[in-house]
Amino acid sequence: MTAAPTRVPLVDYLVLGDEPHLVAHECTACGARFFDRRNACASCSGTEFTTVPLATDGAVRAFTIVSFAAPGVPVPYVAALVDCGGTSVRANLVDVEPDADHVALGMPVRLTTFPIGTDEAGTEAVGFGFAPA
Amino acid sequence: MSDDVWILGIHMTRFGKHPDADLIDLASEAALGALADGGVTMADVGVLAAGNLMQASSGVGQQLQKQIGQTGIPVYNVANACATGATALRTAIMAVRAGECDVGMAVGVEKLSGAGLLAGGSRRPDSATWEPHGRYGAVAAIDGRIGTEIMPGVFAQVGMEYGHRHGGTSFELFARISEKNHAHSTLNPLASYQKRFTLEEIMGDIMIAYPNTRPMCSANCDGAAAAVVISDAALKRLSGEQQRRAVKISASVLTSDPWTEGCQVLPDVNTLTRNAAATAYEQAGVGPDDLDLVELHDCFATAELVHYDNLMLCEEGGAVDLFESGATWRDGRMPVNVSGGLQSKGHPIAATGVANVWEVATHLRGEAGDRQIEGARVGLAHVIGLGSACGVHILEKAAA
Ligand SMILES: [Zn+2]
Repeated sequence: MTAAPTRVPLVDYLVLGDEPHLVAHECTACGARFFDRRNACASCSGTEFTTVPLATDGAVRAFTIVSFAAPGVPVPYVAALVDCGGTSVRANLVDVEPDADHVALGMPVRLTTFPIGTDEAGTEAVGFGFAPA
Repeated sequence: MSDDVWILGIHMTRFGKHPDADLIDLASEAALGALADGGVTMADVGVLAAGNLMQASSGVGQQLQKQIGQTGIPVYNVANACATGATALRTAIMAVRAGECDVGMAVGVEKLSGAGLLAGGSRRPDSATWEPHGRYGAVAAIDGRIGTEIMPGVFAQVGMEYGHRHGGTSFELFARISEKNHAHSTLNPLASYQKRFTLEEIMGDIMIAYPNTRPMCSANCDGAAAAVVISDAALKRLSGEQQRRAVKISASVLTSDPWTEGCQVLPDVNTLTRNAAATAYEQAGVGPDDLDLVELHDCFATAELVHYDNLMLCEEGGAVDLFESGATWRDGRMPVNVSGGLQSKGHPIAATGVANVWEVATHLRGEAGDRQIEGARVGLAHVIGLGSACGVHILEKAAA
Protein backbone atom coordinates (compact mmCIF):
# COMPACT_ATOMS: atom_id res chain seq x y z
CA MET A 1 0.00 0.00 0.00
CA THR A 2 1.32 3.34 -1.00
CA ALA A 3 -0.24 6.63 -0.14
CA ALA A 4 -1.15 8.94 -2.98
CA PRO A 5 1.67 11.38 -3.62
CA THR A 6 0.96 14.80 -2.25
CA ARG A 7 3.29 16.62 -4.66
CA VAL A 8 3.80 16.04 -8.36
CA PRO A 9 6.20 17.79 -10.72
CA LEU A 10 4.72 19.93 -13.51
CA VAL A 11 6.65 17.84 -16.03
CA ASP A 12 8.30 14.50 -15.64
CA TYR A 13 11.79 15.88 -16.34
CA LEU A 14 11.61 17.83 -13.09
CA VAL A 15 12.82 15.73 -10.15
CA LEU A 16 11.59 16.91 -6.75
CA GLY A 17 13.15 16.13 -3.38
CA ASP A 18 15.77 17.80 -1.23
CA GLU A 19 17.70 19.06 -4.23
CA PRO A 20 15.26 19.59 -7.09
CA HIS A 21 16.84 19.30 -10.52
CA LEU A 22 16.05 18.62 -14.16
CA VAL A 23 16.93 15.41 -15.97
CA ALA A 24 17.39 14.71 -19.67
CA HIS A 25 17.34 11.60 -21.82
CA GLU A 26 20.83 11.33 -23.28
CA CYS A 27 21.45 9.27 -26.40
CA THR A 28 24.10 6.69 -25.52
CA ALA A 29 25.43 6.75 -29.10
CA CYS A 30 25.86 10.47 -29.75
CA GLY A 31 25.17 12.31 -26.50
CA ALA A 32 22.22 14.37 -27.78
CA ARG A 33 19.88 15.36 -24.98
CA PHE A 34 16.07 15.51 -24.95
CA PHE A 35 13.39 16.27 -22.36
CA ASP A 36 10.43 14.51 -23.94
CA ARG A 37 9.50 10.84 -24.26
CA ARG A 38 11.57 9.56 -27.19
CA ASN A 39 10.96 7.18 -30.06
CA ALA A 40 14.56 7.50 -31.20
CA CYS A 41 17.33 10.06 -31.33
CA ALA A 42 16.74 13.03 -33.64
CA SER A 43 20.47 13.41 -34.10
CA CYS A 44 21.63 9.86 -34.91
CA SER A 45 18.46 7.71 -34.82
CA GLY A 46 19.86 5.66 -31.94
CA THR A 47 17.30 4.08 -29.64
CA GLU A 48 19.19 3.75 -26.36
CA PHE A 49 19.10 6.50 -23.78
CA THR A 50 20.34 7.09 -20.28
CA THR A 51 18.92 9.59 -17.83
CA VAL A 52 21.30 12.33 -16.79
CA PRO A 53 20.91 15.12 -14.20
CA LEU A 54 21.45 18.69 -15.39
CA ALA A 55 23.39 21.41 -13.65
CA THR A 56 21.04 23.59 -11.61
CA ASP A 57 22.89 26.77 -12.47
CA GLY A 58 23.19 28.32 -15.87
CA ALA A 59 23.30 31.49 -17.91
CA VAL A 60 20.59 33.25 -19.92
CA ARG A 61 21.27 32.78 -23.64
CA ALA A 62 18.09 34.45 -24.89
CA PHE A 63 15.00 35.95 -23.35
CA THR A 64 11.79 37.74 -24.19
CA ILE A 65 9.22 39.46 -22.03
CA VAL A 66 5.81 38.25 -23.12
CA SER A 67 3.15 40.92 -22.67
CA PHE A 68 0.46 39.43 -24.89
CA ALA A 69 -0.53 35.78 -24.57
CA ALA A 70 -3.38 33.31 -24.85
CA PRO A 71 -6.27 33.68 -22.42
CA GLY A 72 -5.39 32.25 -19.02
CA VAL A 73 -1.69 32.99 -19.23
CA PRO A 74 -0.69 35.68 -16.71
CA VAL A 75 1.40 38.43 -18.31
CA PRO A 76 3.95 39.87 -18.36
CA TYR A 77 6.36 37.02 -17.83
CA VAL A 78 9.95 36.44 -18.82
CA ALA A 79 10.58 33.44 -21.08
CA ALA A 80 14.16 32.40 -21.59
CA LEU A 81 16.62 29.97 -22.98
CA VAL A 82 19.06 28.95 -20.25
CA ASP A 83 22.37 27.27 -20.91
CA CYS A 84 22.90 24.70 -18.13
CA GLY A 85 26.41 23.39 -18.61
CA GLY A 86 26.03 23.08 -22.38
CA THR A 87 22.43 21.86 -22.39
CA SER A 88 19.72 24.30 -23.49
CA VAL A 89 16.69 24.54 -21.23
CA ARG A 90 13.47 26.43 -21.88
CA ALA A 91 11.99 28.06 -18.79
CA ASN A 92 10.55 31.20 -17.27
CA LEU A 93 12.76 33.53 -15.30
CA VAL A 94 11.25 34.15 -11.87
CA ASP A 95 11.96 36.44 -8.90
CA VAL A 96 12.95 39.19 -11.30
CA GLU A 97 11.20 42.35 -12.47
CA PRO A 98 9.77 41.62 -15.94
CA ASP A 99 11.46 44.52 -17.69
CA ALA A 100 14.53 44.92 -19.85
CA ASP A 101 16.40 46.81 -17.12
CA HIS A 102 16.39 43.79 -14.82
CA VAL A 103 16.97 40.93 -17.25
CA ALA A 104 20.17 40.65 -19.25
CA LEU A 105 21.72 38.28 -21.74
CA GLY A 106 24.40 36.23 -20.07
CA MET A 107 22.86 36.73 -16.63
CA PRO A 108 23.71 33.89 -14.21
CA VAL A 109 20.62 32.08 -12.93
CA ARG A 110 19.77 29.13 -10.70
CA LEU A 111 16.93 26.58 -10.78
CA THR A 112 14.15 27.12 -8.31
CA THR A 113 10.80 25.40 -7.72
CA PHE A 114 7.47 26.68 -6.51
CA PRO A 115 3.90 25.41 -6.09
CA ILE A 116 1.56 26.12 -8.98
CA GLY A 117 -1.66 24.90 -7.38
CA THR A 118 -3.50 22.11 -5.61
CA ASP A 119 -5.96 19.82 -7.37
CA GLU A 120 -9.28 18.37 -6.12
CA ALA A 121 -7.47 15.41 -4.56
CA GLY A 122 -5.27 17.70 -2.53
CA THR A 123 -2.17 17.05 -4.62
CA GLU A 124 0.14 19.96 -5.13
CA ALA A 125 1.82 20.50 -8.52
CA VAL A 126 5.31 21.96 -8.45
CA GLY A 127 6.74 24.02 -11.28
CA PHE A 128 10.23 25.31 -11.95
CA GLY A 129 11.93 28.41 -13.16
CA PHE A 130 15.29 30.12 -12.97
CA ALA A 131 16.00 32.98 -10.57
CA PRO A 132 18.95 35.40 -10.66
CA ALA A 133 21.90 33.63 -9.03
CA MET B 1 17.67 17.67 -65.20
CA SER B 2 19.68 20.65 -66.37
CA ASP B 3 16.79 22.15 -68.33
CA ASP B 4 15.67 25.44 -66.87
CA VAL B 5 12.20 26.07 -65.50
CA TRP B 6 10.75 29.56 -65.93
CA ILE B 7 8.05 31.68 -64.40
CA LEU B 8 5.74 32.44 -67.31
CA GLY B 9 3.01 34.29 -65.43
CA ILE B 10 2.62 35.49 -61.86
CA HIS B 11 0.09 37.54 -59.93
CA MET B 12 -0.79 38.60 -56.41
CA THR B 13 -3.92 40.11 -54.95
CA ARG B 14 -3.83 43.16 -52.77
CA PHE B 15 -2.98 42.05 -49.22
CA GLY B 16 -5.30 43.27 -46.51
CA LYS B 17 -8.89 42.85 -45.42
CA HIS B 18 -11.17 41.25 -48.02
CA PRO B 19 -14.45 40.84 -46.12
CA ASP B 20 -16.44 40.22 -49.29
CA ALA B 21 -14.10 37.62 -50.83
CA ASP B 22 -13.83 34.05 -49.60
CA LEU B 23 -10.76 31.84 -49.83
CA ILE B 24 -11.63 30.60 -53.32
CA ASP B 25 -12.42 34.11 -54.58
CA LEU B 26 -8.91 35.18 -53.61
CA ALA B 27 -7.30 32.02 -55.01
CA SER B 28 -9.24 32.45 -58.26
CA GLU B 29 -8.19 36.08 -58.62
CA ALA B 30 -4.54 35.12 -58.20
CA ALA B 31 -4.73 32.04 -60.46
CA LEU B 32 -6.67 33.72 -63.27
CA GLY B 33 -4.31 36.68 -63.01
CA ALA B 34 -1.23 34.49 -63.31
CA LEU B 35 -2.69 32.62 -66.31
CA ALA B 36 -3.57 35.88 -68.07
CA ASP B 37 -0.15 37.31 -67.25
CA GLY B 38 1.47 34.29 -68.87
CA GLY B 39 -0.86 34.27 -71.87
CA VAL B 40 -2.12 30.72 -71.20
CA THR B 41 -5.30 29.08 -69.86
CA MET B 42 -6.18 26.25 -67.48
CA ALA B 43 -6.22 23.96 -70.50
CA ASP B 44 -2.46 24.44 -70.78
CA VAL B 45 -1.74 23.63 -67.13
CA GLY B 46 -0.62 20.06 -66.37
CA VAL B 47 -0.33 20.19 -62.59
CA LEU B 48 -1.81 22.34 -59.83
CA ALA B 49 -0.30 22.80 -56.38
CA ALA B 50 -2.53 24.69 -53.96
CA GLY B 51 -1.10 25.99 -50.70
CA ASN B 52 -3.24 26.88 -47.71
CA LEU B 53 -2.68 26.40 -44.00
CA MET B 54 -5.72 27.37 -41.95
CA GLN B 55 -8.21 25.34 -44.04
CA ALA B 56 -5.71 22.74 -45.15
CA SER B 57 -8.11 19.80 -44.94
CA SER B 58 -10.74 21.31 -47.21
CA GLY B 59 -9.29 20.49 -50.63
CA VAL B 60 -8.58 24.06 -51.66
CA GLY B 61 -7.01 22.98 -54.96
CA GLN B 62 -10.10 21.06 -56.05
CA GLN B 63 -12.39 23.86 -54.87
CA LEU B 64 -10.34 26.24 -57.00
CA GLN B 65 -10.60 23.94 -60.03
CA LYS B 66 -14.40 23.89 -59.69
CA GLN B 67 -14.37 27.65 -60.09
CA ILE B 68 -11.77 28.13 -62.81
CA GLY B 69 -11.42 24.87 -64.72
CA GLN B 70 -11.84 21.16 -63.96
CA THR B 71 -9.40 19.74 -66.45
CA GLY B 72 -8.65 16.47 -64.69
CA ILE B 73 -5.03 17.24 -63.91
CA PRO B 74 -3.27 16.10 -60.72
CA VAL B 75 -3.79 18.43 -57.77
CA TYR B 76 -1.56 18.65 -54.74
CA ASN B 77 -2.92 20.33 -51.63
CA VAL B 78 0.11 21.58 -49.76
CA ALA B 79 0.54 22.69 -46.16
CA ASN B 80 3.98 23.43 -44.72
CA ALA B 81 3.62 26.15 -42.09
CA CYS B 82 4.71 29.59 -43.29
CA ALA B 83 6.68 27.94 -46.09
CA THR B 84 3.44 26.63 -47.62
CA GLY B 85 3.48 28.92 -50.66
CA ALA B 86 7.12 28.21 -51.45
CA THR B 87 6.41 24.50 -51.07
CA ALA B 88 3.51 24.73 -53.53
CA LEU B 89 5.72 26.55 -56.01
CA ARG B 90 8.44 23.98 -55.60
CA THR B 91 5.92 21.18 -56.12
CA ALA B 92 4.92 22.64 -59.50
CA ILE B 93 8.58 23.19 -60.44
CA MET B 94 9.45 19.59 -59.55
CA ALA B 95 6.65 18.23 -61.72
CA VAL B 96 7.82 20.30 -64.70
CA ARG B 97 11.45 19.47 -64.10
CA ALA B 98 10.59 15.77 -63.89
CA GLY B 99 8.99 16.01 -67.32
CA GLU B 100 5.50 15.12 -66.11
CA CYS B 101 4.10 18.19 -67.85
CA ASP B 102 5.24 21.39 -69.58
CA VAL B 103 3.26 23.88 -67.52
CA GLY B 104 2.40 23.89 -63.81
CA MET B 105 0.63 26.31 -61.53
CA ALA B 106 1.13 27.06 -57.84
CA VAL B 107 -1.34 29.05 -55.76
CA GLY B 108 -0.99 30.21 -52.18
CA VAL B 109 -4.02 31.64 -50.40
CA GLU B 110 -4.96 32.53 -46.82
CA LYS B 111 -7.76 34.36 -45.01
CA LEU B 112 -6.28 35.66 -41.78
CA SER B 113 -7.69 39.11 -41.07
CA GLY B 114 -9.13 39.16 -37.60
CA ALA B 115 -7.31 35.98 -36.62
CA GLY B 116 -5.81 36.09 -33.16
CA LEU B 117 -2.57 34.39 -34.15
CA LEU B 118 -0.52 37.25 -32.85
CA ALA B 119 -1.41 36.36 -29.30
CA GLY B 120 -0.69 32.68 -29.78
CA GLY B 121 -3.07 29.77 -29.87
CA SER B 122 -5.32 28.58 -27.09
CA ARG B 123 -3.89 27.09 -23.95
CA ARG B 124 -5.27 23.82 -22.68
CA PRO B 125 -7.21 24.61 -19.51
CA ASP B 126 -5.90 22.99 -16.37
CA SER B 127 -7.92 19.93 -15.41
CA ALA B 128 -9.44 19.25 -12.01
CA THR B 129 -6.76 16.73 -11.15
CA TRP B 130 -3.07 16.70 -11.99
CA GLU B 131 -2.82 13.97 -14.63
CA PRO B 132 0.37 13.61 -16.65
CA HIS B 133 -0.28 14.42 -20.28
CA GLY B 134 1.69 14.30 -23.51
CA ARG B 135 5.35 13.75 -24.23
CA TYR B 136 6.58 15.77 -21.28
CA GLY B 137 4.25 14.14 -18.77
CA ALA B 138 2.91 17.60 -17.99
CA VAL B 139 0.18 17.77 -15.36
CA ALA B 140 -0.92 21.23 -16.54
CA ALA B 141 -0.55 23.54 -19.52
CA ILE B 142 3.07 24.56 -19.98
CA ASP B 143 2.88 27.56 -22.37
CA GLY B 144 3.60 30.55 -20.17
CA ARG B 145 4.77 28.34 -17.31
CA ILE B 146 7.79 26.85 -19.07
CA GLY B 147 8.78 29.57 -21.50
CA THR B 148 6.69 30.66 -24.44
CA GLU B 149 5.27 28.97 -27.49
CA ILE B 150 3.86 32.09 -29.14
CA MET B 151 5.56 33.15 -32.37
CA PRO B 152 6.42 36.73 -31.31
CA GLY B 153 8.13 35.30 -28.23
CA VAL B 154 9.95 32.53 -30.08
CA PHE B 155 11.32 34.91 -32.72
CA ALA B 156 12.13 37.53 -30.09
CA GLN B 157 14.40 34.96 -28.45
CA VAL B 158 15.91 34.06 -31.83
CA GLY B 159 16.96 37.70 -32.29
CA MET B 160 18.13 38.07 -28.70
CA GLU B 161 20.23 34.91 -29.00
CA TYR B 162 21.91 36.41 -32.07
CA GLY B 163 22.61 39.55 -30.07
CA HIS B 164 24.04 37.48 -27.24
CA ARG B 165 26.37 35.68 -29.62
CA HIS B 166 27.53 38.61 -31.74
CA GLY B 167 26.66 41.78 -29.82
CA GLY B 168 25.38 45.09 -31.10
CA THR B 169 21.63 44.49 -30.83
CA SER B 170 19.17 46.61 -28.88
CA PHE B 171 15.46 47.29 -28.75
CA GLU B 172 16.10 50.38 -30.86
CA LEU B 173 18.10 48.49 -33.48
CA PHE B 174 15.29 45.97 -33.99
CA ALA B 175 12.75 48.82 -34.14
CA ARG B 176 14.80 50.55 -36.84
CA ILE B 177 14.58 47.41 -39.00
CA SER B 178 10.82 47.68 -38.72
CA GLU B 179 11.00 51.41 -39.50
CA LYS B 180 12.74 50.53 -42.78
CA ASN B 181 10.13 48.00 -43.90
CA HIS B 182 7.19 50.24 -43.03
CA ALA B 183 8.87 53.06 -44.97
CA HIS B 184 9.33 50.76 -47.98
CA SER B 185 5.64 49.77 -47.99
CA THR B 186 4.55 53.35 -48.70
CA LEU B 187 5.54 52.66 -52.31
CA ASN B 188 3.61 49.38 -52.53
CA PRO B 189 -0.06 49.75 -53.49
CA LEU B 190 -0.69 46.05 -52.75
CA ALA B 191 0.57 46.21 -49.14
CA SER B 192 -1.71 45.88 -46.13
CA TYR B 193 -0.25 48.99 -44.57
CA GLN B 194 1.22 51.89 -46.49
CA LYS B 195 1.94 54.00 -43.46
CA ARG B 196 5.35 55.27 -42.54
CA PHE B 197 5.92 54.96 -38.77
CA THR B 198 8.44 57.04 -36.89
CA LEU B 199 10.92 55.19 -34.71
CA GLU B 200 9.19 56.68 -31.67
CA GLU B 201 5.83 55.35 -32.85
CA ILE B 202 7.24 51.87 -33.36
CA MET B 203 9.03 51.76 -30.00
CA GLY B 204 6.08 53.32 -28.17
CA ASP B 205 3.43 50.97 -29.59
CA ILE B 206 1.98 48.02 -27.69
CA MET B 207 4.68 45.59 -26.59
CA ILE B 208 3.84 42.06 -27.69
CA ALA B 209 6.97 40.15 -26.71
CA TYR B 210 10.04 42.27 -25.94
CA PRO B 211 11.70 43.51 -28.06
CA ASN B 212 8.90 43.11 -30.64
CA THR B 213 6.15 45.74 -30.45
CA ARG B 214 3.02 45.43 -32.55
CA PRO B 215 4.35 47.11 -35.74
CA MET B 216 7.41 44.84 -35.51
CA CYS B 217 5.20 41.75 -35.89
CA SER B 218 3.88 40.42 -39.18
CA ALA B 219 0.46 41.74 -40.09
CA ASN B 220 -2.39 39.21 -40.22
CA CYS B 221 -4.31 39.74 -43.45
CA ASP B 222 -6.02 38.09 -46.41
CA GLY B 223 -4.38 37.52 -49.75
CA ALA B 224 -3.35 35.17 -52.50
CA ALA B 225 -0.61 34.81 -55.07
CA ALA B 226 -0.13 32.40 -57.96
CA ALA B 227 2.60 31.50 -60.42
CA VAL B 228 2.57 29.63 -63.74
CA VAL B 229 5.83 27.81 -64.40
CA ILE B 230 6.97 26.36 -67.71
CA SER B 231 9.71 24.16 -69.07
CA ASP B 232 12.50 25.62 -71.17
CA ALA B 233 11.41 23.68 -74.26
CA ALA B 234 7.78 24.77 -74.01
CA LEU B 235 8.73 28.40 -73.42
CA LYS B 236 10.76 28.38 -76.65
CA ARG B 237 7.53 27.60 -78.56
CA LEU B 238 5.80 30.73 -77.20
CA SER B 239 5.89 34.30 -78.46
CA GLY B 240 8.90 36.57 -78.19
CA GLU B 241 7.02 38.76 -75.72
CA GLN B 242 6.24 35.76 -73.46
CA GLN B 243 9.89 34.71 -73.61
CA ARG B 244 11.08 38.24 -72.86
CA ARG B 245 8.91 38.55 -69.75
CA ALA B 246 9.65 35.04 -68.46
CA VAL B 247 11.80 34.92 -65.34
CA LYS B 248 14.33 32.15 -64.88
CA ILE B 249 14.12 30.06 -61.71
CA SER B 250 17.81 29.58 -61.12
CA ALA B 251 17.37 27.80 -57.79
CA SER B 252 14.46 26.22 -55.94
CA VAL B 253 15.37 24.76 -52.57
CA LEU B 254 13.42 23.43 -49.60
CA THR B 255 15.06 22.38 -46.34
CA SER B 256 14.02 21.31 -42.84
CA ASP B 257 15.76 21.61 -39.50
CA PRO B 258 18.81 19.42 -39.08
CA TRP B 259 19.37 18.47 -35.44
CA THR B 260 21.40 20.99 -33.49
CA GLU B 261 21.88 21.31 -29.75
CA GLY B 262 18.86 23.09 -28.27
CA CYS B 263 16.77 23.02 -31.44
CA GLN B 264 13.95 21.21 -29.69
CA VAL B 265 13.90 23.82 -26.94
CA LEU B 266 14.09 26.92 -29.14
CA PRO B 267 13.54 26.23 -32.86
CA ASP B 268 16.76 26.75 -34.81
CA VAL B 269 15.69 28.94 -37.71
CA ASN B 270 19.30 29.57 -38.64
CA THR B 271 20.85 26.29 -39.73
CA LEU B 272 18.13 25.25 -42.17
CA THR B 273 18.18 28.74 -43.72
CA ARG B 274 21.97 28.70 -44.09
CA ASN B 275 21.73 25.25 -45.65
CA ALA B 276 18.99 26.36 -48.05
CA ALA B 277 20.92 29.50 -49.04
CA ALA B 278 24.16 27.62 -49.62
CA THR B 279 22.40 25.06 -51.82
CA ALA B 280 20.54 27.79 -53.72
CA TYR B 281 23.68 29.80 -54.48
CA GLU B 282 25.36 26.64 -55.69
CA GLN B 283 22.38 25.64 -57.87
CA ALA B 284 22.10 29.11 -59.37
CA GLY B 285 25.82 29.68 -59.76
CA VAL B 286 25.47 33.12 -58.20
CA GLY B 287 26.68 34.56 -54.92
CA PRO B 288 25.12 36.98 -52.44
CA ASP B 289 27.02 39.87 -54.04
CA ASP B 290 25.19 39.25 -57.32
CA LEU B 291 21.78 39.89 -55.73
CA ASP B 292 19.98 43.10 -56.65
CA LEU B 293 17.18 42.59 -54.14
CA VAL B 294 16.08 40.16 -51.44
CA GLU B 295 12.63 39.41 -50.05
CA LEU B 296 13.19 37.58 -46.77
CA HIS B 297 10.92 36.27 -44.05
CA ASP B 298 10.69 39.16 -41.59
CA CYS B 299 7.83 37.60 -39.65
CA PHE B 300 9.21 39.75 -36.80
CA ALA B 301 11.82 42.50 -36.82
CA THR B 302 14.10 40.22 -34.79
CA ALA B 303 13.91 37.58 -37.53
CA GLU B 304 15.02 39.91 -40.31
CA LEU B 305 18.34 40.54 -38.57
CA VAL B 306 19.31 36.89 -38.23
CA HIS B 307 18.39 36.15 -41.84
CA TYR B 308 20.83 38.81 -43.14
CA ASP B 309 23.43 36.51 -41.69
CA ASN B 310 21.76 33.21 -42.61
CA LEU B 311 21.36 34.25 -46.25
CA MET B 312 25.02 35.28 -46.22
CA LEU B 313 24.25 38.89 -47.15
CA CYS B 314 27.05 39.71 -44.71
CA GLU B 315 29.90 37.81 -43.18
CA GLU B 316 28.98 35.63 -40.21
CA GLY B 317 28.18 37.83 -37.22
CA GLY B 318 27.99 40.94 -39.39
CA ALA B 319 24.22 41.48 -39.57
CA VAL B 320 24.16 44.52 -37.28
CA ASP B 321 26.96 46.19 -39.24
CA LEU B 322 25.18 45.42 -42.52
CA PHE B 323 22.01 47.09 -41.28
CA GLU B 324 23.86 50.04 -39.70
CA SER B 325 25.55 50.67 -43.07
CA GLY B 326 22.17 51.36 -44.65
CA ALA B 327 22.73 48.57 -47.18
CA THR B 328 19.31 46.98 -46.71
CA TRP B 329 17.28 50.14 -47.38
CA ARG B 330 15.90 50.33 -50.93
CA ASP B 331 18.59 52.83 -51.95
CA GLY B 332 21.31 50.71 -50.36
CA ARG B 333 23.74 48.15 -51.71
CA MET B 334 21.55 45.14 -50.77
CA PRO B 335 17.87 46.17 -50.72
CA VAL B 336 15.84 43.90 -48.44
CA ASN B 337 12.05 43.76 -48.32
CA VAL B 338 11.36 46.67 -50.62
CA SER B 339 7.75 45.39 -50.66
CA GLY B 340 7.38 46.34 -47.01
CA GLY B 341 7.97 42.79 -45.86
CA LEU B 342 5.67 40.72 -43.71
CA GLN B 343 5.55 43.48 -41.12
CA SER B 344 3.91 45.94 -43.49
CA LYS B 345 2.96 44.24 -46.74
CA GLY B 346 1.36 41.57 -44.56
CA HIS B 347 1.54 37.83 -43.99
CA PRO B 348 -1.38 35.78 -45.32
CA ILE B 349 0.59 32.65 -44.46
CA ALA B 350 0.30 30.40 -47.51
CA ALA B 351 0.33 33.31 -49.96
CA THR B 352 3.60 34.71 -48.64
CA GLY B 353 5.98 32.28 -50.32
CA VAL B 354 4.55 32.94 -53.78
CA ALA B 355 4.14 36.67 -53.08
CA ASN B 356 7.83 37.04 -52.22
CA VAL B 357 8.66 35.44 -55.57
CA TRP B 358 6.13 37.76 -57.28
CA GLU B 359 7.85 40.80 -55.78
CA VAL B 360 11.28 39.73 -57.00
CA ALA B 361 10.01 38.68 -60.44
CA THR B 362 8.19 42.00 -60.89
CA HIS B 363 11.42 43.93 -60.29
CA LEU B 364 13.35 41.68 -62.68
CA ARG B 365 10.73 42.43 -65.35
CA GLY B 366 11.11 46.15 -64.66
CA GLU B 367 7.40 46.36 -63.81
CA ALA B 368 7.54 47.39 -60.13
CA GLY B 369 6.43 50.97 -60.66
CA ASP B 370 7.40 53.51 -58.00
CA ARG B 371 9.35 51.01 -55.96
CA GLN B 372 11.32 49.52 -58.90
CA ILE B 373 14.93 48.67 -58.08
CA GLU B 374 16.54 50.00 -61.25
CA GLY B 375 18.34 47.47 -63.40
CA ALA B 376 17.53 44.49 -61.16
CA ARG B 377 18.75 41.27 -62.77
CA VAL B 378 19.04 38.73 -59.90
CA GLY B 379 16.95 38.37 -56.76
CA LEU B 380 16.32 35.98 -53.89
CA ALA B 381 13.05 35.08 -52.15
CA HIS B 382 13.10 33.37 -48.76
CA VAL B 383 10.46 32.03 -46.39
CA ILE B 384 10.61 30.04 -43.21
CA GLY B 385 7.95 28.11 -41.34
CA LEU B 386 8.06 26.54 -37.88
CA GLY B 387 8.97 24.00 -37.36
CA SER B 388 10.64 23.84 -39.52
CA ALA B 389 10.72 24.41 -43.26
CA CYS B 390 12.70 26.89 -45.30
CA GLY B 391 12.21 27.76 -48.96
CA VAL B 392 14.71 29.74 -51.03
CA HIS B 393 14.22 30.68 -54.68
CA ILE B 394 16.75 32.58 -56.78
CA LEU B 395 15.37 34.28 -59.88
CA GLU B 396 17.11 35.83 -62.87
CA LYS B 397 15.96 38.15 -65.61
CA ALA B 398 15.71 36.57 -69.06
CA ALA B 399 18.85 37.11 -71.11
CA ALA B 400 17.00 38.59 -74.09
ZN1 LIG C 1 21.95 10.04 -30.93
